[in-house]
Order: sequence, then C-alpha cells, then structure tokens
Amino acid sequence: MPLEAECISPDRLRGKTAAEVAAEMVFHGNRQVPLGEFFQIDGQADDGEIVVEGDCSRVKWMGAEMTAGRILIDGHAGMHLGSEMRGGVIEVLGDAGDWVGAEMRGGRIHVRGRAGHLVGAAYRGSRRGMRGGVILIEGAVGNEIGASMRRGLIAVGGDCGDFPGVSFVAGSIFLFGSVGWRPAAEMKRGTLALFGPCPPLLPSFRWACDYRPVFIDLYLRQLRAWGFQPAQQDFPGHFRRYCGDLVSLGKGEILHWTGGSASGRANLP
Amino acid sequence: MLLRIANGTVYDPINGIDGEVRDIWILEGKVVAGPPTDASGQPLAPDKTIDCTGMVVMPGGVDMHAHIAGPKVNLARKMRPEDKRKARVVKRTPITRSGTTGSVPSTFATGYLYAGLGYTTAFDAAIPPLSARHAHEEFHDTPIIDKGFFVLFGNNHYVLKQIQAKEPERLRAFVAWLLSAAKGYAVKLVNPGGVEVWKEGGDNVHGLDEPVEFFGCTPRQIITGLAQAVQDLGLPHPVHIHCNNLGLPGNWVTTLGTMQALEGRRAHLTHIQFHSYAGGSDDQDTFRSRVPEVADYVNSHPNITVDVGQVLFGETTSMTGDGPLGYYLHKVTGRKWTNADTEMEAGCGIVPITYRDKSFVHALQWAIGLEWYLLVQDPWRVAMSTDHPNGGSFLAYPEIVQLLMDRTYRQEVLKRVHPRVLERSVLKDLDREYSLYEIAIITRAAPARMLGLPHKGHLGVGADGDVTVYTPNPDRRAMFELPRYVIKAGRLIVEQGEIRAEEYGRTLCVTPEYDAGALPDIQKWFEAHYTIQFANYPVDESYLSHGATIVPCRVDDRSSRRKMAGES
Repeated sequence: MPLEAECISPDRLRGKTAAEVAAEMVFHGNRQVPLGEFFQIDGQADDGEIVVEGDCSRVKWMGAEMTAGRILIDGHAGMHLGSEMRGGVIEVLGDAGDWVGAEMRGGRIHVRGRAGHLVGAAYRGSRRGMRGGVILIEGAVGNEIGASMRRGLIAVGGDCGDFPGVSFVAGSIFLFGSVGWRPAAEMKRGTLALFGPCPPLLPSFRWACDYRPVFIDLYLRQLRAWGFQPAQQDFPGHFRRYCGDLVSLGKGEILHWTGGSASGRANLP
Repeated sequence: MLLRIANGTVYDPINGIDGEVRDIWILEGKVVAGPPTDASGQPLAPDKTIDCTGMVVMPGGVDMHAHIAGPKVNLARKMRPEDKRKARVVKRTPITRSGTTGSVPSTFATGYLYAGLGYTTAFDAAIPPLSARHAHEEFHDTPIIDKGFFVLFGNNHYVLKQIQAKEPERLRAFVAWLLSAAKGYAVKLVNPGGVEVWKEGGDNVHGLDEPVEFFGCTPRQIITGLAQAVQDLGLPHPVHIHCNNLGLPGNWVTTLGTMQALEGRRAHLTHIQFHSYAGGSDDQDTFRSRVPEVADYVNSHPNITVDVGQVLFGETTSMTGDGPLGYYLHKVTGRKWTNADTEMEAGCGIVPITYRDKSFVHALQWAIGLEWYLLVQDPWRVAMSTDHPNGGSFLAYPEIVQLLMDRTYRQEVLKRVHPRVLERSVLKDLDREYSLYEIAIITRAAPARMLGLPHKGHLGVGADGDVTVYTPNPDRRAMFELPRYVIKAGRLIVEQGEIRAEEYGRTLCVTPEYDAGALPDIQKWFEAHYTIQFANYPVDESYLSHGATIVPCRVDDRSSRRKMAGES
C-alpha cells in the first residue's frame, strides 16, 4: 500500500522538531496516519536539508511543490517525486518511480538510478509539462518523458522508452542511451539531442544539415559540473539536424550525434 | 411541520412586497398565510422559529439556464482532469457526500453549491432526448435543488421533416410526445438547422433563410414552427432559443431577425450576450456592441424575454449543443475539443476557455452582458445567468449582483479591462443601479415567471417553502455569496454556508396532451432510423426517484387551440 508523503519537503518541515515531524499526517491508502509510524525521525530540518533512508519506492509525492532546500534520498523514491517543484535540489541514490518532476518549474532533480514513465511530463489534461528546472536521470527511463514540456532540461543516461518529448512545446531533452519509437512526435519547438543510436524518425521530420551547435558544449560542460556521469565522455564532431514535427508547428529539432564531419551531403533516413 | 421565519425584511416581487418587515409561515413545505388554528380556534405555535430580524428574506433563487447534468456536462468533467486537480474539494461529512468543484462540479457538489448560494431551483438547458436517462440519473445524485431540463428540438430530424412537409399538427404531437417521453420541461432550440448542417459534414448555416440540406427547410421555419407548436400546447415555458451564429461578429442581425420572425409568438432568447455583436466576420477591428438596438426591440415587444449569459473573467469550460460553435472555439483558442453527434437529435461541442480582462474580445463580451442587464428597462424580462459554465460559473452570481448594484465598483472594473471596450460599448455611460427588489426579480421572480412555475420564485400562499435569508451588507457580493439561512421546502438546509440537512429536490417536468393518432407515424420513422427500440425509448417513472412535480400546461391556450382546430 503506497504512502502519500508530500510533507517530506524542506518547506513543510522547516522549524519543526523531530516529534512534530513524526506527527505530520500522511495518507496510507485512504487513511491518514502520522509519518512517525513509518519513519524513525531524528535531527531537525531548519537547515533545509532532509535525508531519507531506506526503500521508499512506495512513498509518493516526496518534495512535491518544494521551493528551496535539499532532499537526499538514500534508496529508491516513489511516484511524483518533486512534482511541481519550484526550487531546491532532490538527489536520489537509487531508482525513482513515474512522474519524476512532473510539471516542475525550477530546481534540480538528480536520480542516480533509473526512473519510470512520464518524467517531467504534463499531468493528464494539462497543457504544459515541465516549465523550468533540470531533471537528470543516470539510468534508464520509461515512455513519454517530457510530454508537453515547455522549458527546462531533461538528461537521461540510460535507455529511453517510446515517445520521448511527445508534444514538446519547448525546452531540451538529452538522451545518451538507446531511444524507443517516435521521439518528439508532434513537437512544436525544442531540442531533442540523441548521443546514442538514432531510432527511425517519423516521416514528418526532415534532415536540415550537419553541424556542431555551440550550445551543446555549454550544456555538456554544465552537465559535467553537476556530476552527471554519462556526459563525462567527449562528443566530438558533428550532429545531424532534423526539423519537425511537420504535422505540428515544425520549429523543433532532433540533433543526432554522428561524430562525422559536415562535408558532403548526409544520407537521408 | 410549521416553520415561522420571523421579522425578516421581505422582498417578494411577484406579490409586490418591497422590503416589508413580516413573517413567513411554512406548513409542510408550502407557504401559508399564517399559523393554522386548533380545534378551539387558537393559532398553533410554530415547531420552529427562525428569527430574521434585520435580515433580508427572499424566495429561493431560480437558475433558468445552466448546464448541470447529462452527457455533455459529464464529458466535460472527464475531459478536464486539470480543471479538477487544483480546485477546491468538497469533503464528505456525516450528512453530505464528497465531490469535486472546478468549472464543472460533480453532481453532489452542484447541489450543495447551488444551495449554499441560496438557489433552490435550476434547469439544465440542453439535453438530447436520447440521453434523458443520463440527465435524470445525474439529477438523482444532485441534492437539495428542484431541477428539470430543456429538450433539444431544433435539429431533430422528425421536427425538420414535419416542417418540410408542412405538418404542424404532427409536429405539435411529436413535441408533446417527446417532452413526455424524456420527462423534460421545455423546448430548446440550439442553432436551429445549423447543427444538422454541421453533422452532415457541412459548415453551418449563416442566416435565417439559408436552407438546411436534405430537409429543405430554413432556420426561420424551424423557429416559427416550434414557437407555434409550443404556444399551441400551452407549455409553461415558451420556446427557448439559442440563436444561429452565436459568438460571431455581426450576429445581432440574426438575433434581431429571429425576434422579428417570431411575429408576436412568445419566446425566450437565451444567453443573449453572445448574440449581440456587430462587426465583420474576419475583422476584429469592427467588433462592437449592438445591445442598444436589440434591447430596444426587446423593450417594445413583450412576447420576448431574455437571459444574459454574462461572461466573467477566469478559466471555465464552454459546452454547447451547438456543434459548429465548439469547432469554431477550438480553432480560435487552439485548445482541446470534444465533438459529439446524437444520431437523429443533436450535436455537441466542448472546449476549455479562459476569459481574460486584457483581451479586447473577452472584455467586450463582459461589458455587453452588463449592458443587457442595464438596458432592458423591465427587469421582469431579463434573467440573471452566466450560461453556467459557458460564461462563468453560477458561483459568480454574487459578483454580477455587485456589478449591477454598485456603479462605482462597475466603473472601477471597467477601468481595469481592455481600454477599447470604452469606445465599443455604451457601458461607461450607464449609471443605472439595481435595487434589492430588482435583484430579487432577476434572480428568482422573473425566471420563475418566465418558466411558468406557479409555485416558485415567490412567497405567497401556496408557494413552495423555498426561502433564502441574507445578512445585509453594503458589500453586495459578500452578502449574496454567503446567505445566513437557506430553507428548502420548509426545512432549514444551509446555515451560514454549512449544510445542516440533506434533502433531495423534485424533478420538474411537463406532460402535455397530444393526439395519440400521431404515434404510429412517429414509431414507423423511429424504428426505421434509431439505434434503440421505440418501446425502450421513453424514460419511465423509476427515474423520478425523488419525486416529480408536473407543471400544468395553460388550459386557456389549450382550449383556444381546440377552438381554433374546431373552426378550421
């Protein structure tokens, strides 16, 4: 039975004693119970730092709507981690569930392991997904990451499922592993950069040119500064640029790192 | 149970009472003149007395045009989880059920919210008869208020066929049969002819005399044919018309044409705000208000009543039986869209919409709504509505009251909206202010009278014991947002925003008489075209599980109709 613990957030716990934190109510299924029934709590949270230890893969909503501070999760995290967060840092040493950083507006989430589906996505019915901030996933992710994303950066080190960046409005997604079907389908604007193998693209993406965008190096440098392991290697040479999605506005791009030079005409997919 | 509402300042316009201090007595749910006497001639003591000294007492509010039940409302709920996610949640209590709010509240929440606002009666304005069961099922779960719905007729194939064949008797019988079969209350026209054209793969009709393909009739013929049928049947509410060309610049010509086409027949033109625009269709620069011209016509033609369909700024959901309008809004706003087609009967469009005060078009729509309230001289002819949720939620009614009762506030808001509104409407020149008496008219007495509800909208002897008590406050919005007491059928239901008892209101419907000789033809047509069996179509009594009030058709009209038939 999952636990809904949006109270595990620096904003909510700041200024509270361990006993007060233990008395915070969380939903366990459809019943409200104190947080202390599930966690042993010590220390105080005035510095805005929270460390969560243990397997929390069924603990949902940690860090939701947080605006500042830091949460370190030494273990797995459940669904909706950092949902709608506006600032601060969440670090997960294990895996995270679905909806990591859904509709987030600022701050940074760094997951050392894998994450589920719909990372940085729009909730059902919403017009916009992630609107700012950074989500770094070192392992694999599921489908529809960055769905309807509007701004910000998602970087994924491992393999990625289908439809990354579906209905992309703007922003950046960097994928360093393999990629499933139909990346960036219905994208309006934005950048989907592929550093691993390029899957078959939709016919509504057109090859534009081969070149070395300047911003790629700035982004890679920043990713390295954040300690994002997959970006440690060099990616020299050119990227193949495809425009799309032409069934939509068509002002987006898929960049695929080929490492080649720009001379000569590229082979169309 | 005998209830005494003591010493309140009563506003009861139907009985001409304008702010008199008096008692209201309610016995077994109905208003009585005073306490009954016992065997020895002594007046009985009330079982309960509510002291309303210094408070304002009005009949319970009547919302004559809203969208609160049925398939399109439910589709809107399903289509917009994002509207629900951040909206206030109605929590379960020992006596009430939980629910969600947002622009389209869930069924239980709808009942509680209406009651909390002092409204005790509401009508859903557009139900395809094939979906009448769904509407009744939702009504079953809509507590407190009495409710009914209008049945969509304006694009019904059988109606169009009878108009084409010039068979008014058959049309009249069909109207009566279908209203009874659906257990509906009134005849609604939505973009007559236009929805059918859209459903056939066309665009729309753009004027009253454009033919409806395959049926060889025109919107004008549909309007006059149904207005006549409704009048002949003596239905309590006249034909309820959503005109052609809703929302389009230049549509005031169509609206005025519709009024003229009625040639004296009674009709109610709904959400008239959306139908009073001047300008060229592709040129926003010419978009402006034409309320003075259309309101003049209404002022001089007592056969016509209107409700406003006021726009208020904020996020809401547009839902309409006007299929092509849904598509138009989807194209204009670029937002998600539901389109639906109810086989022989109707269409539907649902699109989320955000009205912004800095948008010229939206601000002008807001101003045009207010112009309607202020330019119709006789408040008995204009009812308050937001066309919930199309122009805004019914929860915005207190804001409208404030705008109407306080011209300083109105001018302040006018200063904040898009500046071009000042030159494109006459709102800045209108300094009329509504009195409490007039507010009581446009929120309860007039809608009840327009709907032909003899037992609603007043506190005279025999009326339903639906009473709203307000705490007087110069801030009219605060006053109307939070009634002190709401009494439904003689029971205290709401006290200062808290639900004290859960009660289920009755369904309001009509059962007009018709010539059974018309049935075989209807059945033949029905069985040739419908997806369900004729015998399974009518809604049975079990759907009126909280009881029904059958509002009588006007006998004088019926007898005059018989006389007319005898003469011919």
